[in-house]
Amino acid sequence: MDNIVYLIFRRMRRPLITLVLVYALSILGLVLIPGQDDAGNPWHMDFFHAFYFVSYMSTTIGFGEIPYAFNDAQRLWVTVSMYAGVIAWLYAIGTILALVQDKTFQRAIEESRLAKQIRSLKEPFFLVCGYGETGSALVKGLTEAGQHAVVIEINEQRSNAIRLESLRDYVPTLHGDAQKPVLLQEAGLQHPLCQAVVAVTNDNKANLKIAITSKLLHPDIRVICRADSRDIEKNMASFGTDFIIDPFDTFANYLSIAIKAPCLYLLQSWLFSGAEHALLHDPIYPPKQKHWIICGYGRFGKALYERLKKSDIEVIVIEATPEITGEPPEGVVRGRGTEANTLLQAKAESASGLIAGTDDDANNLSIVVTARELNPNLFFILRQNHSDNSAIINAVNADMVMQPSKIIAGKINARLTTPMLSEFMSMANKQENEWACELVSRISALVGHRAPLIEEINIDCSHASAVYEILNQGGRVILKDLLRHPWKRRVNLKIIALMIKRQNQNILLPGDDTELEIHDRILFCAENHSLSRLYWNLQNENILSYARLGRVEKHGWLWSKFSKKT
Amino acid sequence: MNPEKVVFGFFIVLALTLNFGFFVGEIENPNHHHVYELFAVVVVNLIATILKFGDRSQMGAVLLATSLVAILQLVAATLVWMTAVHITQIGLTPTVTASIVSLSGGAMLANVISVILLIIETVMMRR
Repeated sequence: MDNIVYLIFRRMRRPLITLVLVYALSILGLVLIPGQDDAGNPWHMDFFHAFYFVSYMSTTIGFGEIPYAFNDAQRLWVTVSMYAGVIAWLYAIGTILALVQDKTFQRAIEESRLAKQIRSLKEPFFLVCGYGETGSALVKGLTEAGQHAVVIEINEQRSNAIRLESLRDYVPTLHGDAQKPVLLQEAGLQHPLCQAVVAVTNDNKANLKIAITSKLLHPDIRVICRADSRDIEKNMASFGTDFIIDPFDTFANYLSIAIKAPCLYLLQSWLFSGAEHALLHDPIYPPKQKHWIICGYGRFGKALYERLKKSDIEVIVIEATPEITGEPPEGVVRGRGTEANTLLQAKAESASGLIAGTDDDANNLSIVVTARELNPNLFFILRQNHSDNSAIINAVNADMVMQPSKIIAGKINARLTTPMLSEFMSMANKQENEWACELVSRISALVGHRAPLIEEINIDCSHASAVYEILNQGGRVILKDLLRHPWKRRVNLKIIALMIKRQNQNILLPGDDTELEIHDRILFCAENHSLSRLYWNLQNENILSYARLGRVEKHGWLWSKFSKKT
Repeated sequence: MNPEKVVFGFFIVLALTLNFGFFVGEIENPNHHHVYELFAVVVVNLIATILKFGDRSQMGAVLLATSLVAILQLVAATLVWMTAVHITQIGLTPTVTASIVSLSGGAMLANVISVILLIIETVMMRR
């Protein structure tokens, strides 16, 4: 706000001084020029009348000559004053109008308005730096999960685009460079309700700077960063960045899980699908009998190369410029992979899988199409660099599509909205494939082919008041009670409890008769309607008592008084 | 040399000198206090105030404050003068003149403070 006042005053100096001078000269002239009163006596206008006359003269013109008719000398002076006065007024008003239309001025107003809005936020929010493909997917996911976000974006077009997107929540968007500490502070970095800073700009250095700034200015805050290189990753980790995501490494990890335990991969992709009502993937079975071909030995290619090698799969790398990217010990096949002879050199006709992993979508598509002609049975993994290309990428129908922005957004989203899910997944990764297959078939029986909802519930007085009340009075609630239908208790809700977290233990897939304790955190995987019914059980004592015992036990205050007496 | 400082210095000193010119003389004698001088003092003080608009420095803010005080006093003085001469038409009696001149005296004190501040600022800047 200060900024705006100063801007107006600074700009208005000159027009105001002009106005004062013109008024002063006009008044002085009128006072000095001798006139006559109605009786013809010599008369001098006094300052009071002169000020009155000048005031209405330059604003309205044509009020008449007061208090006595003017003589010619006075009229001459008034003529000059009129023009000067009108010009001075136009100048002053024009300056104000120009100021209102001025870009810097508008931005100053906009900024102070946003800063005020952010200061007055009353609910927890996340600060997202960078509204590119990753940022927009992340903000969409966060708002759909009922969370709030504040965005900083350097590109004005994209920061304006956020208003056109139909997000569920209003997202304050600051336009500017998130590397500037002032902007981060304005966006609420030091706000007590700021939950985490997420740095997902496309610039590694910027992400690093944001992480440093955030940790220095608000040491307790969680910082989540995107990093595309190991150096940056190490640097970020060195000052306590809480969660660093390398999309390439993450995907390579997914692939190795998919090769080792297809069901586990399916479970992961279902639980992390993020978007509500998304269609679920079919299971995939990456083959491992014969060799794989990796086109492009950049960051993505290297990450995949390492993982495939660890899974004892033979790999042939195709790379156009090995002098820049480096090459694996076995050497590379030189070329881009878009032409048939390079693919033939890499023995595409006898390979089992192909990864089109260059940073150019057109080349990747061309690689897949060419290779499919040579060997239609290949398992294709396609890297998609821009989300705009989704239509053509989908048309190629590759077995797996790797889209960095989606991977990052999905992971961050899960981490921010359901932190237990990541813990669950890391415990699940230690289980056998059969365990995952069983869980997958249970989930698919619940939800059909739509993505399940993942919800974390805290057993405390605000989120599960009914359960809390019973436990507090020494009662006993088992998990099965919660999962009964609130109106037909013999019917079970379509919900699976994935994990219960207590002070020092995590119970993976707790049994139906697990007894709940106060401050348990339960991770549910649910079908949409069942989730809202679960809330009835959690919050309404009568309904919970029906679900537990088959009858309503507690009554209103008046009724319980009444029933005691009788 | 900063032209902004020259212009402001000129106006604030001029405001003080004009005000002094209006103020000196017998306090009750309207012949010693000409209305033209009061007019000039008001105009020059207005300009000096506007010149400090939008100055974000500490000194600028204090100078704006003292100028505003001077304007307030002078407006009060002109209102007294206007009421006496035009509205109640009792004319410039000794009481009225005394109150006008004492109000302008207050404005002069504010102007003196402005000038002192200006001098301090000038002395502090060793360039």
